Amino acid sequence: MSLVFAAPALPLHSAGKYVAGAYIVFVALILIYVAIMARRLTRTERDLEQLRREVEARQSEEDAEHEYQGAAR
Amino acid sequence: MSTYGRGLRGLSLATIATISLALVLVFFYAPLDADQGFIQKIFYIHVPLAIVSLCGFIFGGVLAIGHLRTGDRRWDLRSYVAIHMALIFGVGALITGSIWAKASWGHWWVWNEPTLVSFLIVVLLFATYQPLRFAIEDPMLQARYASVFAVIAGAFVPLNFLAVRLAQQYVHPRVLTLTGGNLPGSMRLTFLISLLGITLLYATLWKYEMAAKNARMQVRRLRRALLGDDAVPAFGRSAAPS
Repeated sequence: MSLVFAAPALPLHSAGKYVAGAYIVFVALILIYVAIMARRLTRTERDLEQLRREVEARQSEEDAEHEYQGAAR
Repeated sequence: MSTYGRGLRGLSLATIATISLALVLVFFYAPLDADQGFIQKIFYIHVPLAIVSLCGFIFGGVLAIGHLRTGDRRWDLRSYVAIHMALIFGVGALITGSIWAKASWGHWWVWNEPTLVSFLIVVLLFATYQPLRFAIEDPMLQARYASVFAVIAGAFVPLNFLAVRLAQQYVHPRVLTLTGGNLPGSMRLTFLISLLGITLLYATLWKYEMAAKNARMQVRRLRRALLGDDAVPAFGRSAAPS
């Protein structure tokens, strides 16, 4: 921590704006990528949820059919 | 089925730690360059991005060889993701390089500089990969043509690099040479840590992308197995085997 306080102030008035710009571009690229990945993950989760509901509906239909057949016998 | 998520947590933590260390070294340890001053700090992000991007293009070509040899479309998907990632890193290198050029030379772009123009040519070449790929509807043909493109374009990268190195008229600084470059020890250490951080970032993002595509592929397979082919909507624009 003392290293941080001992370091000279960043010259943000002149060349610093370009350096800051370059590093902001880097961080922005990563953030955009993470946002896109988060959107994709949400879509996959939604698909999985939908699939689970469809499988459960199908199972309950099959169970009802088995019950009906059992009662018919 | 491969599990690309394995080891992803450790890799992500290593990436965060290395990039954080690199940033501390860049701003609090590496001395100011006698010639360029504070502007030179861009170098620690711009050069690793460019190097990793070029290596990523070659990596994509190598993975495409795997597809052409085996016919297994998973190799094509790996190659696609490697090139996709390298292209993003390439765009990052172009933008950060352009910012440096403006600060150092007073111009956003210099057309008679071989290093800049050759890198732009490589990025533009690989920018045509996706349109070419998705212009072909048949998935098998698409994968084969994309692999051939990736191999040829990947081979072009080192040739292009050599051609630029042999060029005499350049103003772009030379950082890495066979004799170790002209960086003092502290700057070299900072640069190497930055390069390691960006390489780890590339590997992490590649694995994330592969894990995401793999998960979607598995959901589609499950849906098809449980509900039949009609229940699976058309994949749209994707390189993933269905």
